[in-house]
Amino acid sequence: MTILLNLERVSAGYGSFAALFNVSLDVKNGETVGVVGANGAGKTTLLRVISGLLPPRSGRIDFDGESLAGAPAYRVVAAGIAHVPENRRLFPRLTVEENLRMGAYLPAARKAFAERAAWVYELFPQLQARRRQLAGTLSGGEQQMVAIGRALMTKPKLLLMDEPSAGLAPLVVEQVFALVRRIRAEGFTVLLVEQNVRQVLDVVDRAYLLETGRVKLAGTATALKQNPFVQQSYLGL
Amino acid sequence: MRGGRDTRLLLYLPLAAAAAAPFFLSDYFQHMAVQIAIWSLVYTAWALMGRFRLTSLGHGAFLGVGAYVPTLLWNNYGVTPWLGIPLAMALAIALALIVGYPSSRQKVVGHYFALVTLALGQVVLLVIVAMRDVTGGSLGMTPHTVGHSWYALQLPNKAEFYAVALVAWLAGLVAWRYVERGMIRLALESIAEDEDAAESAGVDVLREKLKITAVSSGLTALGGALYAQYLMYLSPDAMSGVGISLQIVFAAIAGGMYNMLGPTIGAAFTILLTEGLRVLFGTHFVGAANTIYGALLVIFIIFMPRGIVGLAERILARPRVPPAPAAPEPAE
Repeated sequence: MTILLNLERVSAGYGSFAALFNVSLDVKNGETVGVVGANGAGKTTLLRVISGLLPPRSGRIDFDGESLAGAPAYRVVAAGIAHVPENRRLFPRLTVEENLRMGAYLPAARKAFAERAAWVYELFPQLQARRRQLAGTLSGGEQQMVAIGRALMTKPKLLLMDEPSAGLAPLVVEQVFALVRRIRAEGFTVLLVEQNVRQVLDVVDRAYLLETGRVKLAGTATALKQNPFVQQSYLGL
Repeated sequence: MRGGRDTRLLLYLPLAAAAAAPFFLSDYFQHMAVQIAIWSLVYTAWALMGRFRLTSLGHGAFLGVGAYVPTLLWNNYGVTPWLGIPLAMALAIALALIVGYPSSRQKVVGHYFALVTLALGQVVLLVIVAMRDVTGGSLGMTPHTVGHSWYALQLPNKAEFYAVALVAWLAGLVAWRYVERGMIRLALESIAEDEDAAESAGVDVLREKLKITAVSSGLTALGGALYAQYLMYLSPDAMSGVGISLQIVFAAIAGGMYNMLGPTIGAAFTILLTEGLRVLFGTHFVGAANTIYGALLVIFIIFMPRGIVGLAERILARPRVPPAPAAPEPAE
């Protein structure tokens, strides 16, 4: 498998505060990779760096043969990386369909809007019924569908998902992970960041464990599940 | 949306009639009509930014550039306003971009953005005052008069000037329509709601903000130029004072900044109100007119944040939309 995304010794931070130290990570085509860790481990910062919302202090970010370190967010999207941000970050006062339209904002995606929207509605039939409703009035699970649908509108090569289960009821969390499995089954390459270690390890191929801004452990999901350190500190076994 | 179309027809016909009426009325009404048309353009230009939460408290800066540049060119070099006005618009746009670029880059939004624009208005005001030798300072200046001349855009005939002002006002509405219909509306609305999320969706936030800033500042400069050409007198306070910048904000909000015709209604309302109060009180109770005007504005902003047009839309929409049937519980 070819490597789609490769991070090499990436460091980043906010002001005088450093949040990531020499993080190296790769995602191969077709893989679902998880980044897990506790609050404040630097997971969200990592995604913000990849998606161009925060320029890295140092290090390389290569995606599909292109260097993306320090590229503005809209260029990262154009390169084929879509971001489902933490807490969904929908446009609450736009309708479901307008949110999808925003996902297809790039000129190339705009032309294919009707076709892509039909495909997203096929994936999430519930959204079709609510397409004229304001996104802010949907339930948490539905909002997550809109957020994922919005990201899929560009037909990305890589989908970044930031804490898709954050702030949702346990039942809805189950639904969200079912969504992740479906996205995976559709053949998308996914980089998933989560606090919910147990559930993530059930849906990903490989994972990286972040602790205070550094990669502490990396390996296949099965290997991590059996790792004594992970079992003790994160799985509560 | 059938309701929307009916509402629009209801609005457009009287509006077209109202726009044409001054041609047949006395000088006094033509004078009011010219003012309403010019200020409608300025308020529309302001609302193009304001509706996307880019609240500018310094549009007087662009008004000032629009007023002074063509007059200075005319008085000193004999350049026709037909060239001077586009040049002034270009300069206002340049000024807006010089301030807008770093503000957008540094993500200066909300109150801080408003403060930056407030400062910009003050800077332009002070520059005009300080360049006393050229601009006449606080005393103001007048364009060299040549009598009736299209070349100099000096049209003592009010009907003719009203025609010019109408065209400019329509240009503002065309710009509004272009924004309303285009992807830029969605882009800017999403930026107003969540800048990071908009950026993640692929919106070049900086570019979209600068685009609307350019359109808004350019049209405001056009309004300023026409106002100066019409009054044939310009002073820093009347063009770039804080009072003017705030008047723009209040009137656009009072009319309704989310609707194409809102700022126009706002202009008509505020100008007719000022005039009505002035006639009513005359020279008695000095200050009463202004006090009532101010009080009304406060009441408007508190109770009608979407302005007169917003209120009208709500009233018109009410009987047309039947109460929504009880929504089925979302299947969880």
